[in-house]
Amino acid sequence: MNTDEKVIEVKGLEKSFDDIEVLKGIDIDIHKCEVVVIIGASGSGKSTFLRCLNCLEDPTGGCIYFDGVDLADVSVDINVHRQNMGMVFQHFNLFPHMTVLRNMTIAPMKLKGLSAEEAENKAYELLKTVGLEDRADAYPSQLSGGQKQRIAIVRALAMEPEVMLFDEPTSALDPEMVGEVLDVMKNLAKEGMTMVVVTHEMGFAREVGDRIIFMDDGVIGEEGTPEEVFDHPKSERLQSFLAKVL
Amino acid sequence: MRFVSFSSWLETAPSWVHGLPKGTQSFLFQLFQTFVVGDRWKLFADGLRITFIVTLGALALGIIIGLILAIIRTLYCSYTVNKPPFILKVLNSFTELYLTVIRGTPMMVQLLIMGFVIFVPKTETGCIVCGIITLGINSGAYVAEIVRSGLMSIDKGQTEAGRSLGFNYGQTMFYIIIPQAVKNILPALGNEMITLLKDTSLVSVIALRDITKQAQNIQSLTYNALVPYLSLAAIYLVLVIGLTKLLAVFERRLRKSEH
Repeated sequence: MNTDEKVIEVKGLEKSFDDIEVLKGIDIDIHKCEVVVIIGASGSGKSTFLRCLNCLEDPTGGCIYFDGVDLADVSVDINVHRQNMGMVFQHFNLFPHMTVLRNMTIAPMKLKGLSAEEAENKAYELLKTVGLEDRADAYPSQLSGGQKQRIAIVRALAMEPEVMLFDEPTSALDPEMVGEVLDVMKNLAKEGMTMVVVTHEMGFAREVGDRIIFMDDGVIGEEGTPEEVFDHPKSERLQSFLAKVL
Repeated sequence: MRFVSFSSWLETAPSWVHGLPKGTQSFLFQLFQTFVVGDRWKLFADGLRITFIVTLGALALGIIIGLILAIIRTLYCSYTVNKPPFILKVLNSFTELYLTVIRGTPMMVQLLIMGFVIFVPKTETGCIVCGIITLGINSGAYVAEIVRSGLMSIDKGQTEAGRSLGFNYGQTMFYIIIPQAVKNILPALGNEMITLLKDTSLVSVIALRDITKQAQNIQSLTYNALVPYLSLAAIYLVLVIGLTKLLAVFERRLRKSEH
C-alpha cells in the first residue's frame, strides 16, 4: 500500500562512536504509508540507524531528508521535525511523575497550542483505540509493561506524526504482553501510518512489513518483500541469521 | 546596670533560690547575668535577627548561583558526541574554576578576603550584604554539585522521550527532568541549608554582630564563658532541629505525590 511519495530519504548515512564505525553508509528511501521492518543481529546498527532518523544520534556522515528537508542543516529546527516523527522506545520512557493522561497531553498542549480540553479529548480517543481509557488517571508505575508500551505508542500518536519509529518496542516485555503491543502496531499499519520498525519479532515482520531490511555490520545486507527475504534469502549471512531466529 | 555582684543578686533573688546548693545558685546567677542584666537577651535577639537574614539571603543567592552553574555543567555534559559551542566551553571552564577555588579554600579565609580586601564594608548593612554575598557564593558551589548530580541521576531515556516528542532542551528540562530531579535533590539541599545556617557563625570575623558574636560580647562583659556559649550552642541546636523537622515534613509530602 505504499505510494511513490518519499517521506524519508537517507543517503550514505555514516555514524561512528569514537573509533567504532557503527553505520558504514546506508541508503534507503521510506515512502508514505510504507511499513519498513529492520531486522538483524545485535550490534548490526539497527537501533543506531533508527535513532539517527530522529536525530537522537548525530550522524558523522551522509544526509537524511525528511519531507525533503536536510535534517543535518544547522538552520533547520530539528524540534519542529521531531514533532512529525513519533518515537517508541524499548524501555517505554513514560514520564513517571505524570498521569497517563498528562503524559499524552503535555506535548500537544505545550507544542501545538491545543487547549487542555482538546488535548484530553484527543487523548481519550486514542486511549480507546488501545483499550486503556480506564487507566487515564493512573501513573506509569501502576501499569504493566504491555500497558506502558501501548501508552507510549499513543503518546507519540497524540502529536499526530507523519512517521512512527519503533525501536525494539517488544524486547523489554514479558512474552505474554508482546501480542497486545503488536496488535496495536498492526492496526496502525492498517490505517496507513508510515512506520519504521526495528524488531526481533519475525512473525510480525512477515505479516505487517511491506519491506524488510536486513542490517549486517553497519550496512544493508539485503532488502526486499517479506517473501523475498524470509523465503528466498540470497546471502549466506541472512540465511544463517534466519536459521538462528526462526 | 552593666554588672551585678553575686551577693547583691542573691539578696534580690526570690526566696526559693536561697534553699538551693551553692553550685546551682552560681549557675542561676550566671544565667541571670547572661540574659537579664542590661537586657542582654536583646543582644541574642539582635544576633539571631542577623543570623536569620544572612542565612536566608545566602541561601537564596546560593540556590540561584547553584542552579545557573548546574545548568551550565549539565548542558556541557550533554554534548557527548558533538563539540559544544565556544561560549559554553568558556562558561564551563569558568564554572570549573569557580568550583575548584570556592571548594578548595576555607570559608573563613573567603570571608576575610571579601571583608577586608574586596568589599571592606563600613556600615552594618554593608557587612550584612558582604556576608550574604560571601556565604552565597560559597554555598552556590555546593548547591551546583548537588543539583547537577540530581539532574544527571534521571535516566537518559527521559530526555530522549522528551526530545523525540519535539520539546527543546529547555522545555525537556523544565517539564520532564527537573520535576523528577527535585525529589533527589531535596534531601541533599536540606543538608546544605543546615550547614549554611551553622556556617553563618563565621561572619563574626567581618564584624557582623550575629548571634555568635553577641555571645562573645556577653562573655567579655560578664567574664563568664560557660553560660553564653552553652546557650549559643542550644540556640543553634534548636534552630537546626526545627529546620530538620521542617525538611522532613516537606520530603514526606513530596514522597506522597510520588508514584
